Amino acid sequence: MIDLPCVSSDGKPTKSGMATLSAVKNGALTAKAVSEQTGQPLFKVRSGLRELAKAGLVEQKDQTYRLTSKAEQLLA
Amino acid sequence: MESSEKPEVGLPLIGEKAPDFEAVTTQGTLKLSDFEGSWLVLFSHPADFTPVCTTEFIAFTKIYSELQKRNTELLGLSVDSVSSHIAWVRNVEEKMGVKIPFPIIADLNKEVSNKFGMIHPAQSKTETVRCVFIIDPESKIRTILYYPLTTGRNMDEILRIIDALQTTDKHKVATPANWNVGDPVVVPPPNSTEGAEERIKEGYDCKDWYLCFKKL
Repeated sequence: MIDLPCVSSDGKPTKSGMATLSAVKNGALTAKAVSEQTGQPLFKVRSGLRELAKAGLVEQKDQTYRLTSKAEQLLA
Repeated sequence: MESSEKPEVGLPLIGEKAPDFEAVTTQGTLKLSDFEGSWLVLFSHPADFTPVCTTEFIAFTKIYSELQKRNTELLGLSVDSVSSHIAWVRNVEEKMGVKIPFPIIADLNKEVSNKFGMIHPAQSKTETVRCVFIIDPESKIRTILYYPLTTGRNMDEILRIIDALQTTDKHKVATPANWNVGDPVVVPPPNSTEGAEERIKEGYDCKDWYLCFKKL
């Protein structure tokens, strides 16, 4: 099984997934802001945030994202 | 019983919105809309582990930094699996010393290939020909190039087209044959007799009212 960029096959965030979650925790609330903070291309961030949302680690409202309690626990 | 669902086969034309898709790639599942806000070179190659394609991937990687300077991303595609793409990319790095930095679509079900008219059955029923779609930040098709299986693409031309399109968008001008950055550009011709008379007095380098150049 191939690991996806942000969430691995066991449902846990990969290194780039963790970087995205940390950026959201640090106030980067949009895909563009995450891209600027992490240095990852915007298309990768958009794709990664979609995967993180499917894994229940971020929630999207309009164009902004926030961490779920599950992600908060992971980053604690 | 045969499925009543027919694959969506088409060719989006210049000026049209590129059809969106969601595809498995070497860098995760990507949608075309993920690239909105940047220019995109979507290109297909016939197959992994083939000679001309390998030279093209090395050449695309060599212009990658130039594309990035132009706010342009690269997205490859072939009718191969992700595992095949990964094995090939690793082989190119190991044998040729080139690390492929851009994602490659694994279009095993030909969903994206069919949407973009990349399969030309008289050439091959199973492989994509060498297509290039240059798509702007609003997901509009701006250029389409097709090459046969035996002819590798010219990277300088792809960069030149992006420069020309971005120059046209920024300055509302056209670019003449063999134009390159720094060369004079073509002023759009007037569309009235009055405009034609005025044009040659407007200080451009005019050969006649309909063919005028200026430096940017």
